[in-house]
Amino acid sequence: MSNNLRFKTSKFIDETYRISFKFNNKTYFGFKGDTLASALLANGVHLVGRSFKYHRPRGIMTSGSEEPNAIIQLHDNSSRTEPNVRATEVEIYEGLVASSQNCWPSVNFDIGGINNLLSPILPAGFYYKTFMWPASFWEKYEYFIRKSAGLGKSPKVADPDIYEHNYIHCDVLVIGAGISGIIAAKMAAKNGFKTLLVDEKSYLGGSSIYDNSEFSKINNHLTSSWLEKEINEISKLENLEIKTRTSVAAFHGYNFLLARENLTDHLPVNQRENKVRQRLLKIRAKKVITATGSIERPLIFDNNDRPGILLSSAIKKYIDLYGVACGKNNVLFTNNDTAYETAMSLIQRGIKINAIIDNREQIDSKISYEVEKNNIKIYKGYSIVETYGYRRINKISIMKLSKDGQTVIGNKTKLNCDCLGLSGGWTPAVHLFTQSGGKLKFREEDQVFIPDVYPSDQISIGSCNGDFGLEEIVKNTLSSLKKFLNIDNSEYKTIEIISGLNQSKRNIWLLPSDKSIGKTKSFVDYQNDATSKDIKLALREGFRSIEHVKRYTTTGMGTDQGKLGNMHALGIISETAGTKMGEHGTTTFRPPYTPLTFGTIVGRNVGEFFDIFRRTPIHDWHVANNAEFENVGQWKRAWYYPKDNENMHQAVQRESKAARDSAGILDASTLGKIDIQGTDASEFLNRVYTNAWSKLAVGKCRYGLMLNEDGMVYDDGVTTRLGENHYIMTTTTGGAANVLGKLEDYLQTEWPELDVYLSSVTDHYATISVCGPNSKKIVSKVIPDLDLSDEKFPHMSFKNTKIDNIKCRVMRISFTGEHSYEINIQANFGKSVWEKCMEAGKEFNITPYGTETMHLLRAEKGFIIVGQDTDATLTPIDLQMDWIVSKKKYDFIGKRSLYRSDTIREDRKQLVGLLTENPEEVLEEGAQIVADIKKSPIEMLGHVTSSYYSPNLKKSIALGVVKGGKNMLGQKLIIPMENKNINVTVADPVFFDKEGERLNAKL
Amino acid sequence: MFLINCPFCGEREQSEFKAGGEAHIVRPKQPTELSDDEWAEYLFMRKNIKGVQFERWNHIHGCRKWFNMVRDTSNDQIKAVYKMGEKPPVK
Ligand SMILES: [Zn+2]
Repeated sequence: MSNNLRFKTSKFIDETYRISFKFNNKTYFGFKGDTLASALLANGVHLVGRSFKYHRPRGIMTSGSEEPNAIIQLHDNSSRTEPNVRATEVEIYEGLVASSQNCWPSVNFDIGGINNLLSPILPAGFYYKTFMWPASFWEKYEYFIRKSAGLGKSPKVADPDIYEHNYIHCDVLVIGAGISGIIAAKMAAKNGFKTLLVDEKSYLGGSSIYDNSEFSKINNHLTSSWLEKEINEISKLENLEIKTRTSVAAFHGYNFLLARENLTDHLPVNQRENKVRQRLLKIRAKKVITATGSIERPLIFDNNDRPGILLSSAIKKYIDLYGVACGKNNVLFTNNDTAYETAMSLIQRGIKINAIIDNREQIDSKISYEVEKNNIKIYKGYSIVETYGYRRINKISIMKLSKDGQTVIGNKTKLNCDCLGLSGGWTPAVHLFTQSGGKLKFREEDQVFIPDVYPSDQISIGSCNGDFGLEEIVKNTLSSLKKFLNIDNSEYKTIEIISGLNQSKRNIWLLPSDKSIGKTKSFVDYQNDATSKDIKLALREGFRSIEHVKRYTTTGMGTDQGKLGNMHALGIISETAGTKMGEHGTTTFRPPYTPLTFGTIVGRNVGEFFDIFRRTPIHDWHVANNAEFENVGQWKRAWYYPKDNENMHQAVQRESKAARDSAGILDASTLGKIDIQGTDASEFLNRVYTNAWSKLAVGKCRYGLMLNEDGMVYDDGVTTRLGENHYIMTTTTGGAANVLGKLEDYLQTEWPELDVYLSSVTDHYATISVCGPNSKKIVSKVIPDLDLSDEKFPHMSFKNTKIDNIKCRVMRISFTGEHSYEINIQANFGKSVWEKCMEAGKEFNITPYGTETMHLLRAEKGFIIVGQDTDATLTPIDLQMDWIVSKKKYDFIGKRSLYRSDTIREDRKQLVGLLTENPEEVLEEGAQIVADIKKSPIEMLGHVTSSYYSPNLKKSIALGVVKGGKNMLGQKLIIPMENKNINVTVADPVFFDKEGERLNAKL
Repeated sequence: MFLINCPFCGEREQSEFKAGGEAHIVRPKQPTELSDDEWAEYLFMRKNIKGVQFERWNHIHGCRKWFNMVRDTSNDQIKAVYKMGEKPPVK
C-alpha cells in the first residue's frame, strides 16, 4: 500500500523516530506518537478482526477506549501476552507484536465466517434456545462454542512484570484533561486545593488540543493554541499533580475511586526491566470533578459494520492528531454538524470527500456553508440504505428519507468510497457518574441522558454533562466551578468564544431501509454482533426491561460494555414498545470502565506475599529437621517429620507410636492465648463457657467448651487460673481471632458492667508440649527445681517456674491422653528450650511430632477437633459431651438454645466412633454414611469426620456424625464408595484407654 | 467504600471495620424464662430494610470498639455514628 496516507503535518508524531512492529506476522512501520490503530491505518490496514458471533470482517471503528472491533492479542507467544487489548489505545514501541483475535486460521480467511451465512438461523437467544436441551449434550456444545468464541488467549506462564498499589488523598480529583478538565484543574489548584488531574491518554487537552478549526476560537486564538497555553501554565502549579495514561476504572461511594496508571506499556520491551508496569491508584478525594467527555454515536443502518466505516470524529482525530488519512475517497454520514468539522479537516489537507449524507433537510451553520463552498456534494434529508465491500467498504446506496423519517423513498443512488465516517451525535460519558450512584435524566431535545442527582460531593462538567458547543462547555464549566469550589474565577471573565457549529440534530435511532427488517443487519453492538433485529425479536418475545433485553441479545455485554450502541438499543426499545426513553431503565455500567489486568488488581500480593505467613518461634528448627508444613489459618505448622524417605503415613505411624511408648514433643505455640483479668473474670468465664468456673482454684486448669448463642459448638480449649482475678485462656489455632472478637463483643455491648480486660498474647509465648510415659523424666531434667510429684503437681494444674532464670509457666494438661506437660515461655526463648527438651529426651528417643500425629492421638482418645468433627451444626449434646454442660448455671451463651424443639430432637446427627469390619481398611474423611443401600433414594445418615490407622490399637478408627447415632451403638452401617461398600460398626468414640489410666499412672 | 467516622478514632476507611448486623437488639436478661418463639425472635429475626437502618459496627483493625451507625441502605449515606449504650441521635 502506498504510504501517501500519512500527512506530515502533525506535531504529535515524531517522524524522525521510526518504529517497526508486527501485526498478524507482517512487519509494518509507524512513528513515535502513533497508536497501533493509527499506524495500521497509515499502512492502509482497516481489517483487524472478526466479529464475535458471525465472524464478519471488522475494522478499526474509533480512536479511543470505546473501540468495539480492534480488539487484539498483544505480545503473542510471550509471558507478557495479553488478550482483549484495544489497538486504539496501544502506543507503538519497537518490537511490538500483535495479532487479531477471534479468527482462525487468519483474519482474511476465517472458517467461522460461515456463521454469517447461517445468520438467519442464529437469532438473539440462539445459544440459550438451542443448547439448553438435552442437558447431557452441553459438554459437546461447549467444546465447539469455546473453540469458535474469540476472547483471546490467556497467558500460560507467570507474568514477569511488577505491579503496585498506591493510595492517594486529594482535595479535588479531576477526571479527564480535555478543555473543561484543564480549566477545572487550574481553577482548583490556583485556589489552594490539592488537586490531581488524570487522563487515560498519553497527552493532555482531549479533542480540543488538535482543534485547529477557524470555526471555533477562544479569545481570537485557535482552540488548540489557547489550550496549549493553559496546559503550559498548569504544569507549573505546585498544588497540582498530573497523571497521564491513567484511566479511572471505578467510582465508588464516598468519592473512593480506582484508577490504573500505565507506566511502561509504551516503552520498548527491553526498557521495562525492573520497572513497575502499572499502578492501581486508590484515590480518596474530598471533591470529584468528572470531565470524561462524550462518545460519538454511530448510525444504525443495514451493513453498518464493514471495515472502512469509522466514527466521523475518529477520522478527524486520525488526520489532525496522527496525520493519517483513513481513506482517499471519503463519505461522511451524519445527523448533526460535527461531521462538518471532520470535513474541514479533510478539505484542509486536500483529501477527497465524495459526498456528505445528512439526515437533516435543513442545515444552517457557518461551517456547513463553508463545506459547501468547497464543492462538496451534500445530500440533505438522505440516508444510507446499504453498503458494499467484503473486506473493505467500496460503495454505498443512499435514498431520500420520508418527512417523518420512518421510511425511505425515491430512487437509490450508488456512491463509491473507501472510507465512511458516521456521526449520530454525542453520548455523554456518564459511566463513572452512574457507577458512583448518580441518577440520570433524559433530555428530549437532543436525546441524551445527563447527570441529574449527585450522590456525593462531585460535579460533571463539559460534554459528559451534556454541554456540547465550545461556548457552552467553557461558560458552563466556569459557572459550575465557581459554585462547586466556592471560588472567584474572574480570570476568565472576559473570555470570548466563537463557534461555527449549531446544535441542530435529526435523531433517528434505527434508520429505515427499503428492505424488510428480517433481511437487514444493522449492528447496534458491534463487538457482540447484536442487531436491531435481535432487539426487536427480544421485545416480540416479551422482554421489556433493558437489563433483560441486554442479557437476551448480549447487547452491551462485551469488553466495551456497549459504549457505542447502548443508547441506540434503548432508543429502539422505546420506539418499538412506544414508551418514553428511560422508562425501561438505563443499563447499569459496572466497573471497570476499561478492562484491568489481573496483575494490576493483585499488585504486590503475589507469590509469598499473597497471604501473611505466621511462623512459630521454633519454626527454623522444624525446617532444619525436615518437617513438612501445613497451613492452619495463617500459621505454618509442622505437619510431620519424615525420616529416611518415609512417606507421610509411615512418619505419622512412627511418631504416634513413639509418643505413647516413650516420649513425643509438639510445638503448640499456635494455639490462641487470651489473657483475662479483672474482678469479674470468673463470672465472665461462667457466662461464656458451658461449664462452671467460680470454684476453679488458683493454679488449676480446666477444659472449656464455648457455644454460639444458637447452642452450636464454637471453640474449645484449656483455661488456667493464674491468680484470683487472672486467667489465661487457650483457643483453637484457627479460632483465636474470632474468639477474642466474640468475647470483646459481649463485654462491650451486652455486659459493659463487668470488670474484665482481655488481651491477645498468642505471639508472646512459645508453647512446647512434652508427652508420653517418659515426659516426667525429661521435664525434670530440663527444670530440675520443679517438684513434679503427683501430689505437688497433679494433672490439670499449673506452676510458675524458671528455666535458666527465665520465667515460664508449666501446665500439666494433655490432648493425647498421655502424661504430659506444656511449657510456656517468652517467645524468643522458645527455640532454645525446645532444643533443651530434645537434648534431655535423647536417651528416651524423644520424637518430635506434627499436627497429623496430634490429630491421630487425640482421635484415639475421642477428643474432638472443633471445625473438623464439628461444623456449627452440632451442640455439646450432639457430641455426647453432656458432662461439660452445667445444669446448675442460670445462663451462659447458647444455653437457652440447647432445649429448643429442634436441638432436643433425638434424630439429630450425633458424634460416634466407627470401626471397620476389616481393621486394615481406613475410611475416607468426608465419606457418606448410610444404613440401607437397597432403598432408593438412599438416605444419607451422616459422614465420616476423622479417620486414621491407629498404630497403638493396630486397627483403623474413625469418628463420624450419624443421625440418631447415640442410640446405635453396635449397629452395622455402610460407607458406599466408588467401587465398593465398606461395612462399619458404630462404636464408642473413645477407642484408647477409656478409663484414663495412663494420665494417672505412677511414673 | 465508605469513610466511617469511628466515635473513638475519627474518619477511617471501611476496610478497617466489620459490620455486625442490626443494632439495639438486647440479649434477654432471663433467656430461660422465654418460650421457643420468643427466644427465636431474639436469635434469628433481623430486619433488612431498604432505607434507614440501625447497625452495629466494629473498628476491628483500629480501636476494636463496637459502636452504632444509622445508615440509609438505599444510597449508603451514613446519617450518624454513636457509642454503644447511647440513644440514636436521629430517627
Ligand atoms: Zn476506632
